[in-house]
Amino acid sequence: MSPELKGLLLVSVIQVVGLFAALLTGVILVVWIERRGSALLQDRRGPNRVGPFGLLQNVADGLKNLIKEEVVPAGADKVLFQLAPLLSFVPSLIMFAVIPFAAPLPPFDITLPLLGHVVHQAPVAAMVADLPIGFLFIIAVSSVAVYGVVLAGWSSNSKYSLLGGLRASAQMISYELTIGLSLVVVLLLAGNVPLSQVVGFQQRTVWFVLAATLGYILFHIAAFAETNRLPFDLPEAEAELVAGYHAEYSAMKYAMYPLSEFAALITMSALIATLFFGGWDIPFTHWDEQVATAWTGEAVARFLLTNLAFLGKTLFFVWVYVWVRWTVPRFRYDQLMYLGWKVLLPVALAYVVVMAAAVLLLERAGVPQDWRYGMALFLVNIPLVAALVLGLDRQRLIAGTRRRTRVEA
Amino acid sequence: MAIGVKRMRRPERDVSYLRATLKGMAVTFRHVFRRAVTMQYPEQTAQEGFWSIDPRWRGTHRMLTDEQGRAKCVACGLCPQICPANCIKLVPGEDEQGNRYPLIYEIDEFRCVFCGYCQEVCPEEAIHVGVHYENAEYDRERFVYDLERLCAQTHPVSTLWDPSDPKGE
Repeated sequence: MSPELKGLLLVSVIQVVGLFAALLTGVILVVWIERRGSALLQDRRGPNRVGPFGLLQNVADGLKNLIKEEVVPAGADKVLFQLAPLLSFVPSLIMFAVIPFAAPLPPFDITLPLLGHVVHQAPVAAMVADLPIGFLFIIAVSSVAVYGVVLAGWSSNSKYSLLGGLRASAQMISYELTIGLSLVVVLLLAGNVPLSQVVGFQQRTVWFVLAATLGYILFHIAAFAETNRLPFDLPEAEAELVAGYHAEYSAMKYAMYPLSEFAALITMSALIATLFFGGWDIPFTHWDEQVATAWTGEAVARFLLTNLAFLGKTLFFVWVYVWVRWTVPRFRYDQLMYLGWKVLLPVALAYVVVMAAAVLLLERAGVPQDWRYGMALFLVNIPLVAALVLGLDRQRLIAGTRRRTRVEA
Repeated sequence: MAIGVKRMRRPERDVSYLRATLKGMAVTFRHVFRRAVTMQYPEQTAQEGFWSIDPRWRGTHRMLTDEQGRAKCVACGLCPQICPANCIKLVPGEDEQGNRYPLIYEIDEFRCVFCGYCQEVCPEEAIHVGVHYENAEYDRERFVYDLERLCAQTHPVSTLWDPSDPKGE
């Protein structure tokens, strides 16, 4: 085995194992944030008995689920019933593979015990796969999660689960369109498809939350619906329905669904941070953008600090998810569909056209791709956001059925 | 098919979803900085002032004693007479000087409805309902408190409701 191949394998194995461990720990941590956060918002304390600050409560819950009995309903499709929880859990983990989580580390050429001579000539990117088709990958993989939901409903051999699965998949498919369209704007701006390049472009210009404000708003709303969180948690709707698509699941197979919901929550938060908030970029400084060539303390510090910036942004959006969940009530189903198809989708379509024209004009005018480019786009965004806010504010949403039916008094 | 949902005529500013959402977010965020109202019960108790139970609380009974440590009860029989739950068992006795005292005095705390009539009716201020709520036992029989047990209770006694001072001032 050549030293280069060994270096590549070593880096890949460390990244895959490290990221997997970090994500699973992160899921436990996020469940803890959710429970303690909801307690904070409701003047309660939340779980505080197991471990320091109740941190081990979720470990205990996981253990409980592991030793419970797995019930497979009579007449269930055995294979798909087992497969469905995995199909909803795995995509959110895979999606993280293309998200850069820190500044790249310098290349190395060292001799290790057991492994021998290992070489990595390019800088070590802090992501599992710097895919040139990162965008398509995200959109493709996030659609797979729908299969987990719809197969769970179908394979359970229960009409309630089936209806729940259909309801959930209808919602997820509707909002996937908006997710895809709001990503087109980012694609128009960055031009490049690997997510590391998207971060690089934001470092050179401005964060896309400024250059594509409306795109960010659309993406954030759709991300809530995509992860089945309140105010779009109709697939679960624990107050009104019995769970929905995973009603027949028990023990660890059931626990996979909450776990995958939280894994998706982390991934979506990381995605929002990467696409619209500069990823691992530390604002107002260019120190973090220098490419390290040698293993100095500075290079390691840059890696750690940018990683910290990324974590901070991700955790902030996780907190926003929690905050919104414990504030906003659930939509009615027709309001959900109304918002998805009649508000977000047309707005996203029109926005793509407007932004494409704006980008074309800026290129014709020869505006250099630095902060001026971003601010010019921000100016385009201000009236668009104002129009959307005004349009939504004039009670279109709360009275979604007004113009369609007249109710006799 | 559209669902026919009855729509109320409300002012637009009251039904705006966006404004209501932002307002709600502000409200919930303010609660982050509020103190949790939960009392950490086994560690903190009502005695530590986090919150306390009312002095008028009517809990399990306590029999007060005189200087010699004997129950103040003179076995007059008023409390079993007035008790609506019929939970007091009293067998009176009399010593050589002619003083009446209870031979048997038992209260079944399971039957008791904690009305406090026994305390109100007692002419000697002997039997009281107590400001106390930690009553768990391993055995049903243990809930029949005998005289010795009633005298051994140390918790504060209820002040009951005073008609001349209805607000407890």
